[in-house]
Amino acid sequence: MEQLFTLTTLTGILHSTIRLATPYLFASLGETISQRSGVLNLGVEGQMLMGAFAAFFVVVTTGSLLGGVVAAIFVGALLGLLMALVSVSFRAEQGISGIGMYLLGLGLSSLLFRLTLGSVQSVRGFAELALPGLSSIPVLGPALFKHSLLVYVAFALVPMVAYLLNRTTWGLNIRAVGDNPQAADTLGVPVIAIRYATVTVGGAMAAMGGASLSISAVNIFQENMTGGIGFIAVALVYFGGWRPVGVMLGILLFSLVSALQIWLQLVGIGIPSDLAVMLPYILTIIALALAPRRTGQPAALTRPFNRGMA
Amino acid sequence: MQAFPPQRTTSTITSLELRGITKRFPGVIANDKVNLSVHGGEIHALLGENGAGKSTLMKILYGLYQPDAGEVRINEQPVTISSPQDAIARGIGMIHQHFMLVPSLTVAENIALGLRSSRGLRLDLDRVSAEVQRLAELYGLRVDPKAYIWQLSVGEQQRVEILKALYRGAELLVLDEPTAVITPQEVDDLFAMLRQMRAEGRALIFISHKLREVIALSDRVSVLRDGRLVGTFATAGKSRSDLARLMVGREVIAARADTKHPSEGAGSIALELQDISAQSDRNTPALHGVTLQVRAGEILGLAGVSGNGQRELAEVIAGLRPTSAGTIKLAGKDLTGNPAERANAGISYIPEERMRDGTVLEFSVAENLILRNHTEAPFARGPLLNRSAVDRACRDLIQRFQIKTPGPHTPLKSLSGGNIQKVIMARELSREPAVLVAAQPTRGVDIGATAAIHQLLIELRRRGGAILLISEDLDEILALADRIAVIHAGNIAAILPHTEATPERLGLLMAGVASEVT
Ligand SMILES: Nc1ncnc2c1ncn2[C@@H]1O[C@H](COP(=O)(O)OP(=O)(O)OP(=O)(O)O)[C@@H](O)[C@H]1O
Ligand SMILES: [Mg+2]
Repeated sequence: MEQLFTLTTLTGILHSTIRLATPYLFASLGETISQRSGVLNLGVEGQMLMGAFAAFFVVVTTGSLLGGVVAAIFVGALLGLLMALVSVSFRAEQGISGIGMYLLGLGLSSLLFRLTLGSVQSVRGFAELALPGLSSIPVLGPALFKHSLLVYVAFALVPMVAYLLNRTTWGLNIRAVGDNPQAADTLGVPVIAIRYATVTVGGAMAAMGGASLSISAVNIFQENMTGGIGFIAVALVYFGGWRPVGVMLGILLFSLVSALQIWLQLVGIGIPSDLAVMLPYILTIIALALAPRRTGQPAALTRPFNRGMA
Repeated sequence: MQAFPPQRTTSTITSLELRGITKRFPGVIANDKVNLSVHGGEIHALLGENGAGKSTLMKILYGLYQPDAGEVRINEQPVTISSPQDAIARGIGMIHQHFMLVPSLTVAENIALGLRSSRGLRLDLDRVSAEVQRLAELYGLRVDPKAYIWQLSVGEQQRVEILKALYRGAELLVLDEPTAVITPQEVDDLFAMLRQMRAEGRALIFISHKLREVIALSDRVSVLRDGRLVGTFATAGKSRSDLARLMVGREVIAARADTKHPSEGAGSIALELQDISAQSDRNTPALHGVTLQVRAGEILGLAGVSGNGQRELAEVIAGLRPTSAGTIKLAGKDLTGNPAERANAGISYIPEERMRDGTVLEFSVAENLILRNHTEAPFARGPLLNRSAVDRACRDLIQRFQIKTPGPHTPLKSLSGGNIQKVIMARELSREPAVLVAAQPTRGVDIGATAAIHQLLIELRRRGGAILLISEDLDEILALADRIAVIHAGNIAAILPHTEATPERLGLLMAGVASEVT
């Protein structure tokens, strides 16, 4: 009896770990791409909120999930483009322009929500998709292979982004531009265009992270519903050493602690709930502080590019 | 047969012509109606003092700067080169004064960068490596395609730069001070390769401050002075002093010839190292029990092929690198465990990597000049900077050290390479140090300024300064040093009085062939 209880609990905790990890994966992998090219996009949170709203709005009004995904990608790419314009072309201080993007996304998504939908409602989002065979593996099967489509997509992105960065000419260009844009420029690599591309893709992926909440995980939209996920996603890129697999491991650790924390509250172990909620964040701060290795940090991160100036 | 190199669509460059090229920067005319004509199968040297506009002219040719006026013609046809991409497509390659490599990438990745892959989006690094191997063998450029750039010595990095250009089928290759940073042996190899490329009909533009090299290598030489072309001459028949006169516009007297060495053991021991060991950046042992003494009023030359522990030794003395064993004494006082104290106790350090250590490129010339003592009188008034005192002192230094800059408030990064070096010299020497560690102090510096720097070192010695002169230039060491230590593989192989040192003997010691610790 005791044994059975532990195993189901384990399955449950693992299942919510995977589910919780999903929005982070979208956002952090996009941020990884953008940072590897040397641009810090601190506005992820704002882009997530806009993505969450855009997807939710389209699903509410048309009922089309695909339409929702397309809307999120479109809006996120647009905001990414704006971010690139400010950070890459106008060479704004990237920390500041990121905060601007966050405030824009927060304000605009709340405003649009109030103007259009107004009240809290729910949609029928992506349904759970149990992978035949795999999901019947004991304990792990239901934890890992009974999720909605976007969860699988998020995890599939990990090897895809790793492949893009490490094995393709685009990835080589991205890495070079993030490390020594002057050198890349002397070889005819279009530094500005590449940074525009990465920041735009990063924006689209952040928005998908938002959509994975509003039309997949919780199926509602609320003002400021991301509650800091976008900022943690940026921190997790540092934690993961700018490598997709490292970033994923960091996200899984963070999500596991979050899942445990929720479970602790459910079973009512005598920890004040406020403290429990803080647990993952405290862990992040400690982990970031204890991970002093800056190896992997793109050397030109946050540095705008200026042709000819060494 | 693969289409290797993948983008070799360029045709032979039989002639290149720059006509009336003008380039202005805030406060300077870097190039003033410059005409230059280079043809295939020639090595064309470009000479000029620091800041004469050599690099600027070449950056225009490579599409990094756009000229304010003038045109470029290739094979009699006017062309616009609006980006490096255009330059590469037209068969122009450039080895930059400050290398353009991505340290976190491998050799093969650096070479493949910006090129189309034969597998579409997928990288074809194995094929690139194979082609790099072939080119490397053809031109004698030994380098491992799988190595990371940060693992390579400066000489190897230069070979990667050359391979990058060759791989892209460069028909015209610009080399901006390629010999400033490599060892004498590597210079010989480089020259052999350049001659081979000339024989293949390629055009080569070679920039150097070393007149001996210009005479040995080039067919013709063009001289720039203050952004203007003085003229283009056949190298044959020109002597070093002819060239120097053309560059500077007056006679140049080298400080080295009339240097008098004081009698040995003149002063008390100013700096003493006893059995110093230290690690390199990669945590491998770099120094194995180095013992040295430098006396007041003495120049101790440290000869050696770069990468044998010179940098680590200099940084240990300057207090920038921890020691793992041994003691350091300054004027008899043990300061081993106290790096900060060493700088305060009067050790000045001129680092060899001037773009990385010793300067803040974003800061102005003036700010860089007072970096060391901005908290002291007369520069500081309480917590505030005394701007007029700073200005006055800086204008004085700029004048005394002949630093070519529009003014004290120009950002350091817009100065020419040699002038950045002079800023560091000015700052460190003006502190009247008891001990000066000077690493490659005249690397990349023009002949006039080299003579001036040598004169400054000699004067500091006369005033009782103890100088450790680290240099790969044996001429420099033999001309200035009272005693010469040779470093090899982190050990002092020998210490010789200057009377017993010959280039041959030093060469053998540097190569680690003989060891004669005294
Ligand atoms: N990007 C820039 N911005 C402002 N001024 C510049 C810039 N690049 C060069 N200059 C100025 O133009 C002049 C010529 O510089 P350049 O680098 O061409 O000299 P150089 O002949 O290559 O000298 P060196 O032998 O020291 O390398 C210098 O006065 C320099 O300060
Ligand atoms: Mg130059």
